[in-house]
Amino acid sequence: MKIELVESLKGHTGKVWNAKWNPQGTLLASCGEDKTIRLWGKSGQQWKAKAVLQDGHQKTIREVSWSPSGKCLASASFDGTTAIWDNDSGQFECNATIEGHENEVKSVSYSPSGQFLATCSRDKSVWVWELENGEYECSSVLNAHTQDVKKVIWHPHEDLIASASYDNSIKMFKEDPADNEWMTVATLNSHNSTVWSISFDQTGTRLVSCSDDQTVKIWKQYKPGNPEGVPTVDNEATWKCVCTISGYHDGSVFDVAWCKLTGHIATACADNCIRIFQEVEPSNDNQPNFELMAVKHHAHEQDVNSVFWHPTEPGLLCSTSDDSLVKIWEIEND
Amino acid sequence: MGAGKLSLQNINPKLFLKSDKRCETADDWDENVVDDFDEREVFDLIRNINDPEHPLTLEELNVVDINNIEVDNESNKINVRFTPTIPHCSMATLIGLTIKVQLIRSLPARFKVSVKITPGTHSTEDAINKQLADKERVSAAIENSTLVDTINQCLATIEKYYN
Repeated sequence: MKIELVESLKGHTGKVWNAKWNPQGTLLASCGEDKTIRLWGKSGQQWKAKAVLQDGHQKTIREVSWSPSGKCLASASFDGTTAIWDNDSGQFECNATIEGHENEVKSVSYSPSGQFLATCSRDKSVWVWELENGEYECSSVLNAHTQDVKKVIWHPHEDLIASASYDNSIKMFKEDPADNEWMTVATLNSHNSTVWSISFDQTGTRLVSCSDDQTVKIWKQYKPGNPEGVPTVDNEATWKCVCTISGYHDGSVFDVAWCKLTGHIATACADNCIRIFQEVEPSNDNQPNFELMAVKHHAHEQDVNSVFWHPTEPGLLCSTSDDSLVKIWEIEND
Repeated sequence: MGAGKLSLQNINPKLFLKSDKRCETADDWDENVVDDFDEREVFDLIRNINDPEHPLTLEELNVVDINNIEVDNESNKINVRFTPTIPHCSMATLIGLTIKVQLIRSLPARFKVSVKITPGTHSTEDAINKQLADKERVSAAIENSTLVDTINQCLATIEKYYN
């Protein structure tokens, strides 16, 4: 397996923290230290700069996230706010800013239904926002983590939130149908340092996490009454670490992405490399083996901060780095 | 990583001698000689950082020492360990951050700079090391204008020594 460069996108100054394709795969949004969001699209065969969104934030933009429809883009900033950009006017404009966190917002994510938005912050909390009549209303403040919360994502098809923290744990939250209160339903302990990022597989029954401890872990969901006999509490599923991928990364692993189309796992590391892992078949569900399929050495000149798979084109991956570049890669089978 | 105005914690710190100037060799002036970064060069970048609470340099307080610096040009890694003057020093995070900021500003971006507390010299060394290693929190700290002012004050005296 080979990782080939398709495009190197220049425009940002300083660190580029994150980039995400819209659900249609037609636009790539990137953000960073220069407080701008850049939109990139395809002109013929090439990815080119389409628009620069500015003046939405006073400080670094840490992450961007598209709504499931692709009509809205949310951005999380160190200035403590989350901005919502929409293209109702024909171009993306910031038409709402949501406030509440005490300091840096680290991550933002839309629920698969588009009805909820989750944000997390250095203030240790996860906030759930509900879209009502076009306005984002805070429906819950979750103070389950004991430290800086680095990442928040949604389950691919359920209203379930997963968050990763500087407190070394991953937590999951869902709404209690009895009283509409959001509650902690799982705590995943195994990493020895900051958990930087998490990603569900296509089924949502497995999760991959990456950490400052230089490992990547695979977690499996065990529902109540599971045949393996894994104990569950309060009729909620237990998530158990079933595989630890160690010895490959020479630095913090800042991001991980599990491709919904191919099942490949990509990692972004402080050693400037991008790596691709794949499950070895046949693999025991309760003790799966993952193999390193490819490494791109010197993928960037500095730390790789994020990786994200294209939603419709198998094998297309984007990455961002402290070297101020956004890169697009094609993963080719030999 | 806040830096409040606190009363002096270590009223009478032990003082250490300053190093002599780096000895120049003929190679230093030869454009054809590949001149890698070495420990002394990194030490010279940080030894004149001012202590946040004393009109003294980190070298004079033995907070930084050339023997606690490792430079690996091949893998672009620079490891610096610093020794707080007392094991409960509340300024330790600020001092570490100042060393990190100075090295990030001065060295080529290819270097991965690690700044840690000398093992066994601070009561909360693991927590401080974790903060200093978290690039996201360091980036956010550098965007905090109050904190940057404090850091710049600690770094301001360096120029005095160079001139």
